[in-house]
Amino acid sequence: MSMNTQGRPTTPGDVTESFRPKTFTGNRALDMEEPLIFEFGRLENTGVDLDEPDDFAPELGSHARTSEIGLPGLAEPEAMRHFVRLSRNNYAIDSGLYPLGSCTMKHNPRLNEKMARLPGFADIHPLQPASTVPGALKLIDDLAHWLMVMTGTSAVAMSPKAGAHGELCGMMAIKAAHTAAGRDPKIVLVPESAHGTNPATAALLGYKVVAIAAKDDGTVDLGALKETIGAHDGTIAGIMLTNPNTCGLFERDIIEIADLIHDAGGFFYCDGANFNAIVGKARPGDLGVDAMHINLHKTFSTPHGGGGPGSGPVVLSERLAPFAPLPFIRKTGDDLELVETEAALQDGEQPFGRMTAFHGQMGMYVRALSYMMSHGSDGLKQASEDAVLNANYVRVGLQDLMSLPFGEAPCMHEVLFDDTFLKDTGVSTLDFAKAMIDEGYHPMTMYFPLVVHGAMLIEPTESESRASLDLFIATMRDLVMRAKRGETERFAGAPYLAPRRRLDETMAARKPVLKWTEPEPAEVTPEAAE
Amino acid sequence: MRYLPLTDTDRSDMLARVGVPGIDTLFADIPEKARLNGLLDLPKRASEMQVERQLSALAAKNTSAGSVPFFVGAGAYKHHVPATVDHLIQRSEFLTSYTPYQPEITQGTLQYLFEFQTQVARLTAMDVANASMYDGSTGTGEAVLMAHRITKRKKAVLSGGLHPQYRDVVEGLSNMANDEAVSLPADPAGTEDILAEIDDETSCVVVQSPSFYGQLIDLKPIAEKAHEKGALLIAVFTEVVSLGLIEPPGAQGADIVVGEGQSIGNGLNFGGPYVGLFATRQKYIRQMPGRLCGETIDAEGKRGFVLTLSTREQHIRRDKATSNICTNSGLCCLAFTIHMALLGQAGLTRLARINHANAVALKMALVAVPGVEVLNAAYFNEFTVKLPKRADAVVEALAEKDILAGVPVSRLEPGKTDLENLLVVASTEVNTEEDRAAFASALKEVLA
Repeated sequence: MSMNTQGRPTTPGDVTESFRPKTFTGNRALDMEEPLIFEFGRLENTGVDLDEPDDFAPELGSHARTSEIGLPGLAEPEAMRHFVRLSRNNYAIDSGLYPLGSCTMKHNPRLNEKMARLPGFADIHPLQPASTVPGALKLIDDLAHWLMVMTGTSAVAMSPKAGAHGELCGMMAIKAAHTAAGRDPKIVLVPESAHGTNPATAALLGYKVVAIAAKDDGTVDLGALKETIGAHDGTIAGIMLTNPNTCGLFERDIIEIADLIHDAGGFFYCDGANFNAIVGKARPGDLGVDAMHINLHKTFSTPHGGGGPGSGPVVLSERLAPFAPLPFIRKTGDDLELVETEAALQDGEQPFGRMTAFHGQMGMYVRALSYMMSHGSDGLKQASEDAVLNANYVRVGLQDLMSLPFGEAPCMHEVLFDDTFLKDTGVSTLDFAKAMIDEGYHPMTMYFPLVVHGAMLIEPTESESRASLDLFIATMRDLVMRAKRGETERFAGAPYLAPRRRLDETMAARKPVLKWTEPEPAEVTPEAAE
Repeated sequence: MRYLPLTDTDRSDMLARVGVPGIDTLFADIPEKARLNGLLDLPKRASEMQVERQLSALAAKNTSAGSVPFFVGAGAYKHHVPATVDHLIQRSEFLTSYTPYQPEITQGTLQYLFEFQTQVARLTAMDVANASMYDGSTGTGEAVLMAHRITKRKKAVLSGGLHPQYRDVVEGLSNMANDEAVSLPADPAGTEDILAEIDDETSCVVVQSPSFYGQLIDLKPIAEKAHEKGALLIAVFTEVVSLGLIEPPGAQGADIVVGEGQSIGNGLNFGGPYVGLFATRQKYIRQMPGRLCGETIDAEGKRGFVLTLSTREQHIRRDKATSNICTNSGLCCLAFTIHMALLGQAGLTRLARINHANAVALKMALVAVPGVEVLNAAYFNEFTVKLPKRADAVVEALAEKDILAGVPVSRLEPGKTDLENLLVVASTEVNTEEDRAAFASALKEVLA
């Protein structure tokens, strides 16, 4: 052992490699246990300095609060440490590859955050006079223009708050169009591979959902579609189809599908969750799409924020455009007018109603436009191409060891494997995913889409470098080999190295504990007290 | 392009590895007639500096709330948010994480959601709260659908004090789902007889307090009548700070409580993103929309949190789900949770007292202006004034004097002559004595 002159050892010396001390705190160095606010905050404390009002003569009538709220406060350093420690238990795109298929975890540029925080965007009220916010209206109109050009459509409803809300908006526009035409068709066709939000949305509007089968290659079966339409002649309101679909494949027959639906008197709703694969390569409007939501939080990189907020503008074909909900911006020459109520409507405008209070997700609009302007027409196209190239690079890197349900054909921006390659290994898709956590990766989307067994849907996005993909592929290959060699322990108990081991979801659902409650004081027996 | 790590060398090597002659081969499934060959008719890439310059120019055209005396509320409120909040929500681990589908590596998100749910349940005095809705208005729409599921009835009665745009959201949804929504006429002073509207077919009564017009409403008799008829009371609020000072809806018999949480932790953002608060009674949890975070243990017995009761949700139940919601307001919840943790009940109560005191002071200043009448007897930080002329014209005139004075009711309820002169004004902790004096003296000039 070498020492410096004070006698402090400067080399590690002999260590026992496997020794992992059980610590008093439960912490493991940087991996810290953190209690709930309610377990260490104090009711009388606060981290916000506010002065009592000089004179307080309430005019609350008989409505004053009579009971304590029960919320402890934290001084600022306590709050900072609490939330920083919590944050360290999260995986994030900024810390590693996040290959959640269909969720599009791409880089979130910080310029967009900076722009969204400009007081001229962040600190304006939705109901201050429109004359005081011309820049905000211009921003929304600019974003709408980019979206319409990219999709080849003639209108966009900006206000929906997220993807599923956009689906609802698009389907409400379709329902309104049918009603305006004196029709009341009852059926919405949804392929089996669809996101759960699609059938949920259709059902919310009272539609009956009829499933459409897929062909062996993972795309919609045109023959089956014709048969289904024939069997429900005259009652088809429309189809909800994701394209590229959730198997990561472009629906080759999409124009024929659109024609079939249109001939049957229905509309074509496209779930735009995977639009990021084809921006600059094809325009949904040219494919016969009547309505499509765009997840600004996927394709245009507004941060997912641990589950939101999102933003789901819906582009509309000429036929659906008149039914776009309030509010919208009416453009006359260079003049922009915010239309918020039916009283302000002009001929031909027949909004079906309103999706939300105010005007939608302005904070997300700014971020998305900043992202689009940064990329430009050339960068957006390049991003789509790189996303598709990266997914195919992963596909060819893994296809000999893992199993592609639809053969070795090119995919779009995500690649779908099933669990055939795990057959007889005793390792499930879930186990495999949890073992990826120990390797420092967020698992891919698993058990979705439902059309293949034990699905694993990998979307690397354009944000990954070749070196990053090479390491990911090598890691996945190593895991597959270990599974095939029978190293089941590595999988069955995984993750071993994460902040938590596998969590008991059954227990959580059986007796739901959805908030913190004061623990019952422990019964003190006379012996224990001594 | 600064966001794309692949170099041209990488691309050609990778295409070779994939075994295709060029990138377009990978897009061959796109029907030929729909393939774009050139570039979209949009500007080309721009540097960070160029984007910043253009967007800053747009932002500079708007009058920000912080730059003028500001009294606009009506569902969104200007409050001071501690600097800590914005710093923390921008931590990569929170900002760039997805919905916590893998709980072992997202305990950070899950724990704050559990804290958020606890905070909301305590504020509203309800049993359970979910992990957020998009905002107050969409949450109200979901609450009505939930009440229909519970009562197996289809008629909602909406108070005339409900925010008109919330009403429009509920009406639109009801109309589309073939349910019935009965909306009472605008009720600025809180004098409507809603009890008379509750009958054996009523599924739920939707009442906002403080109302859109600022009036505080006694929910107890409404809850009693609703329950007597087998209906539910849905209590709505748009100003969550009010709960620091007024009796919570849970203590007044509400069955579902929905509110806008923007005031805590979140900026105005021209209307979004905001955060919908949603709470209910224990017995109804399986009919709730949206995500729920629950406590459990891991394989070593350590406490942990997971998303739970997901058999209610669209990704499991599909067309039988309680809602189609998927993405919610995650990061806005976090902002709410941090701000509320900093405040605690001590800070929240004081913040609420300051808000109320400022509103009382504003009322004093405005009623001193000849011709101005206040319509509300009991209010929190917002109230409605009746002016001797059209409120929208007055607001425009005041805006020209750099005072943002409030929301003319006619902006949301156009064409109703009895509402044309009404102005909804709000006052929060950000307003000073000087702001109030400037407002009152400018109003006096405009009305003269």
